[in-house]
Amino acid sequence: MQEAATQNQPVDSSQTSEAIIRAEKIEKYYAQPSQNRIQVISATDLSIVPGEILALLGPSGSGKSTMLRMLTGLSRPTAGQVYWHGKPISQAEINVSIVFQSFALFPWLTVLENVEAPLQARGVAPDERRERSLKMLDTVGLDGFEAAYPKELSGGMRQRVGFARALVVEPEVLFMDEPFSALDVLTADNLRSELLELWMKKTMPTRAVFIVTHNIEEAVLLADRIVVLGRNPGHIRTDFPVPLPHPRDRKSEGFTQLVDYIYKVLTRPDTEPAEAPGQAGGPRIRDQRQMRYQMLPHARPGGIAGLLELLLDKGGRDDIYRLADDLSFEIDDLFPIVDGAQLLGFLKVEEGDAAITPSGEEFANSEILRQKELFRNAAVENVLLLRQIRRALDTKSDHTVPEDFFLDMLDEQFSEEESQKQIETAVNWGRYAELFDFDAARRRFVMPDAREEEIAEGEESK
Amino acid sequence: MLAFFFAVVSTGVYWFQRPVPVVAISSSISALPAYAFYSIVRMAIAYALSLAFAIAYGYIAAYNPRIEPWMVAVLDILQSIPVLSFLPPVVLAMVSLIPGHQLGIEMAVILLIFTGQVWNLAFSFYSSLKTIPREMIEASRIYRYSGWQRFWQLEMPYSAIGLVWNSIVSVAGGWFALIFCETFTMGNRSFQLPGLGSYIQVATNDGNVRALLAGIAAVVLIVVATDQLIWRPLIAWSDKFKFEQVEAADQVKSPILELLRRSKIWQTLPGRILSRVEEPIYRHLARSEERRVMKPIDDTRKAKASPVLWAVALAGALAVCWAAAQAVFMLRTVSWPDLRLLLEGAAATFLRVNAALLISAAWTIPVGVAIGLNPRLARVVQPLAQIMASVPATAVFPILLIGLVKIGGGLGVGSVVLMLLGTQWYILFNVIAGAMSIPSDLREVASLYRFTRWQRWTRLILPGIFPYLITGMVTASGGAWNASVMAEYSHVKDQTLQTIGLGAQIDAATDSGRFAMLLLATILISLMVVTMNRLVWRKLYRLAETRFKLEG
Repeated sequence: MQEAATQNQPVDSSQTSEAIIRAEKIEKYYAQPSQNRIQVISATDLSIVPGEILALLGPSGSGKSTMLRMLTGLSRPTAGQVYWHGKPISQAEINVSIVFQSFALFPWLTVLENVEAPLQARGVAPDERRERSLKMLDTVGLDGFEAAYPKELSGGMRQRVGFARALVVEPEVLFMDEPFSALDVLTADNLRSELLELWMKKTMPTRAVFIVTHNIEEAVLLADRIVVLGRNPGHIRTDFPVPLPHPRDRKSEGFTQLVDYIYKVLTRPDTEPAEAPGQAGGPRIRDQRQMRYQMLPHARPGGIAGLLELLLDKGGRDDIYRLADDLSFEIDDLFPIVDGAQLLGFLKVEEGDAAITPSGEEFANSEILRQKELFRNAAVENVLLLRQIRRALDTKSDHTVPEDFFLDMLDEQFSEEESQKQIETAVNWGRYAELFDFDAARRRFVMPDAREEEIAEGEESK
Repeated sequence: MLAFFFAVVSTGVYWFQRPVPVVAISSSISALPAYAFYSIVRMAIAYALSLAFAIAYGYIAAYNPRIEPWMVAVLDILQSIPVLSFLPPVVLAMVSLIPGHQLGIEMAVILLIFTGQVWNLAFSFYSSLKTIPREMIEASRIYRYSGWQRFWQLEMPYSAIGLVWNSIVSVAGGWFALIFCETFTMGNRSFQLPGLGSYIQVATNDGNVRALLAGIAAVVLIVVATDQLIWRPLIAWSDKFKFEQVEAADQVKSPILELLRRSKIWQTLPGRILSRVEEPIYRHLARSEERRVMKPIDDTRKAKASPVLWAVALAGALAVCWAAAQAVFMLRTVSWPDLRLLLEGAAATFLRVNAALLISAAWTIPVGVAIGLNPRLARVVQPLAQIMASVPATAVFPILLIGLVKIGGGLGVGSVVLMLLGTQWYILFNVIAGAMSIPSDLREVASLYRFTRWQRWTRLILPGIFPYLITGMVTASGGAWNASVMAEYSHVKDQTLQTIGLGAQIDAATDSGRFAMLLLATILISLMVVTMNRLVWRKLYRLAETRFKLEG
């Protein structure tokens, strides 16, 4: 169904090197006793190339784990083929390891025996086995724990053993299935940075890493490339590189942008994902701050006004879900209105509650003309697109601007369809706020009537 | 070491001498050690055979999805057949296979003991294999473990705890069978082997109470010794294989195990022998083609079964058909009155078994709960209950039988008492375990909110012990059916006590050599047990697993 989106790949070396593992149109069906087949994963292409950490993100049920198992040869795809260096994976001598979510250590073996086991399977002599395992345990920081049993270790230490075991065979691709989700936050953080260190310093001969996770921040922190899966059936929704340099700061703008973007993609399963932020159309890097358009929530000003009045009625603060219930709205329908009000500074979302701000209170208490004025002020202050439209209209001599002008700019950030929607919403808001008007016939932004008259008078009086 | 060697030699000599079907059994107490020795040897061999067979059977069943349902069903049926029903075919087969030596008769008895032990070992191993966590199987795949490595490093350790506990139950069942089978008559042929079972049976027949008590004491002694010297250390050692993430607070301690562990020999010898044997195997296996290429776990394409497997299956099917045909012929000789007798007997035994279950439950539940909720008491009583369960009821029956004869009571009610004796311990110690496992925070809730006694029982205790109760009841039920053969028909002091019942029929049929009746009675008993299993116990198990499971 979807192919890996290639338009987002900037030109870099990974494109030219050959993929280590390549999945071609793999699908997975499960047969039901009732003769129905449930398609778990629809035809998908995916490549794992050397030199990158690839993160597979997706909601539960999107088949991420199934995908991982197909790529490692543990599970046979119902259709399609997986290749290892060009050879079908069922016939090739592959060298991969998996780090498991629940560690998968053998409780009756000591730490050392657990790490030695894969080497034992390969017929390595006992002395060499021991030496390599001890060295690997040292690398992951478990020096001195060789004779301990997994029962005696904490979760973080157990996963370190899992890592040691995975790396001791020097795999070409390291697979990880939600490796940190069973650990507490601090331990997980710790292990993540240690993993990155090992990767950066190239102390392991591993050439690629494939991590399955449901934690957005983790993916943005670690990955060079992120693939987002959707479900029903599992398919790739978007695939983009992460151009942030290491070490990555969680608070930096690029980071939070990406997290927001992925969050929006995941919470809107039915819309086509917009293009990821930070994707340069060409090699030039734009100033992110200036060109960043917030995505206008598709809400009508009237809806925003109504919500604020309702909130005020309820004492200024209410749980969003209860609001939705009261209004008999689907929560998905309420969100854009809440987003819109928040964007304009009329409301704040705190811990699942919507709380009205002073300006929002003023808005809700005013009569219609004052409301428009307040809306206009808030819009100009907070919404870049509206500000730009108004500015452009002001500076142009004939006070009109074609729609295409803004569509072009929006296109770089959103998909074509979404750009259109953004313009529509902007027009709605602009009309309500009497910021500008829109001539649908000529597809041009124009000054609002009142202003037109002013200008006309102004010119006449000259 | 020397003693062991001597034992092996003398046994060998004994086995290969001319067959002596009926060995005179002396009733003196001084003969006991020798008899005990013979019995122990038989038990050991039977157990070894059972273990090997169970592992092989469970392995094949777990890894061959095509024949798996059949194998499980067969196991179910075989488990429901009382030991005595196996007697004629096994004896006849062994005696004709090895006519010239005593070994033939010995093998027959050993195989009979085997049939009393092997089924639940096979079930245990099979279900352990099926419940290995998926990620561990995947790890063993991705790291390319050979079948050998997987067996010794994953499958056996994972199944170890189940096998140990089931071995305890199995060996108890083995003793039950042994005492029963060392002396028997089959039609016009009699067999009597030297051993504790024969000793006890002869004493019962003679009404010699002193000898009887001595014999029973010997059995109890052996059982207790086995428990202390073998089972306890094994249980303590198998803690290593517990698939838990946290150290359990109360572990079984065994001083013997500590002793062994500290001895120098134990620490170095096994390790060295093991590695010398293992390394070449691993090296050899690593080179094979199989170990370098990864086979998917869920290979949905139909694997071609090897021609050998097909040949074996075909031969098996043919054999079954032939046997069935023979059986049908035999059955034709059964007359209608006989059939009616059997059906009456079936109904009677059915009632008795359930009565025994109900009576057991009635007293073991309150007592078991009381003990289980009191941890200190539990720690003392539970091992005792285990030992009581290990002592074969067949050893104790005879005393009761003699007592019954003196009172002049019939076996109608007496058989229920006998069944009780053998089976209530299973329910007791399962209930104790169940009560111990009720989480303390649930109990705190009950006391915090001042549950009334009724509430406590219906909302906390009974649901909490439900899974354990069911396990205990199923084992007890099986044991009761098995025991019916002994409980409903017995030779005491030249008298034959019997009552209406299926077990009595089986016994009588064997005694008089009427194989057709034996076959029919066996079919009936098997049918009833399997039906009960499917209709009642399976449903209850599922209920236990879904609604009453304590962990989420």
